[in-house]
Amino acid sequence: MYSVNYHRANSVADAVKTAETGDAKFLSGGMTLIPAMKTRLAAPSDLIDLAHIDELKGITISGRTVTIGAGTIHYDVATHAELKTLCPALSHLASHIGDPAVRHRGTIGGSVANNDPAADYPSALLAMGATIITNQREMAAEDFFTGLFETALEDGEIVTAVRFDVPEKAGYAKFPNPASRYAMTGVFVAKGEDGVRVAVTGAGDNGVFRSEPLEAALATSFDAKALEGLSVPSDSLMGDLHASPEYRANLIVVMAKRAVLAANG
Amino acid sequence: MSEVSLAVNGRTVTGTVEDRTLLVHFLRENLGLTGTHVGCDTSQCGACVVHVDGKAVKSCTMLAVQASGSTITTIEGLADGADLHPMQAAFREHHGLQCGFCTPGMIMTATDMVRRHPEGLDEATVRAELEGNICRCTGYHNIVKAILAASQTMQRADGAAQAA
Repeated sequence: MYSVNYHRANSVADAVKTAETGDAKFLSGGMTLIPAMKTRLAAPSDLIDLAHIDELKGITISGRTVTIGAGTIHYDVATHAELKTLCPALSHLASHIGDPAVRHRGTIGGSVANNDPAADYPSALLAMGATIITNQREMAAEDFFTGLFETALEDGEIVTAVRFDVPEKAGYAKFPNPASRYAMTGVFVAKGEDGVRVAVTGAGDNGVFRSEPLEAALATSFDAKALEGLSVPSDSLMGDLHASPEYRANLIVVMAKRAVLAANG
Repeated sequence: MSEVSLAVNGRTVTGTVEDRTLLVHFLRENLGLTGTHVGCDTSQCGACVVHVDGKAVKSCTMLAVQASGSTITTIEGLADGADLHPMQAAFREHHGLQCGFCTPGMIMTATDMVRRHPEGLDEATVRAELEGNICRCTGYHNIVKAILAASQTMQRADGAAQAA
């Protein structure tokens, strides 16, 4: 790891102010950033640690509206009793990110701000039509996630929370990479008042995306049988040593079926 | 450089470290606590697992300065004098190790696992919970046996402590 200057922020305002110097990066759980710095893929001059900012932590539920502070660790999302009752799909998703030690450090804010094309949370937020809240504005998930490791965040802008209305039904299924546990393909399905939304992670060559053919099929009938015989195009899908685009196209339909089965419980 | 102050295995320690110093290197090189191992250095193998404020964490994926102010338990902090912790005793009893390199991380993960599952553990849960710890010798079978046995011992000890 190259040399770096560490700063511990006490508040979001403090973090933004400190970030004005050098080539600074915000550090949350560090489960992606620290490994990237160890391999020198990332070399910020300064790190601004957001992990000690209390205002970024915690889950609040009001009716069917859930707000999760950006600094909330995956373990706390996975084990929050009320959230588990209201939206078990999200608890399930959080409980399968990385491994137990990673879930003790990694945060939802760090995950969405990093927008790894194989991260789990972006698919849930896109499928549930979540709002991403920053220290400057609020954005719909589809406006926020803009590409591979790309988001609409500007310099000095910090994700402070995510908010969503719990859909009538939701389910998530992923095919994890056996080594990294990142999604080789993960599908989150949500059935709400506005219809069915299906978001796919781990497969798109430009990050998380909504699958129109799957949404159309499930809008007719929210049943795994509605996806029988369906295929999705493999262009614009990732191909790497783990799986070809065609393999991922097949996985999308298989994972979507499993997600619908989970949603229908 | 930064000043760090931590409570490690019940002892307050301080040091001056480069900001890029990983927690595992601080533990091993500054404090001489070499029971915590660096296996893969890529956050996958779990040989470096320690408890930070009571939670299992990969100490190769955390800076020492991030941990400053925290309470740390390493493998050296588990035994009560000459008496092994029930998890350590179970690993010995059930041959849960061969070369022993992964063992400190396995044991720290296992004690955290027992803490998070007061309802008790079954084999499937133990195997799923071990996904962040890699062992290249044992095939995991005896590790799973050891953790299941220790979880029962630890629960009995908890029950006895509560009854007393």
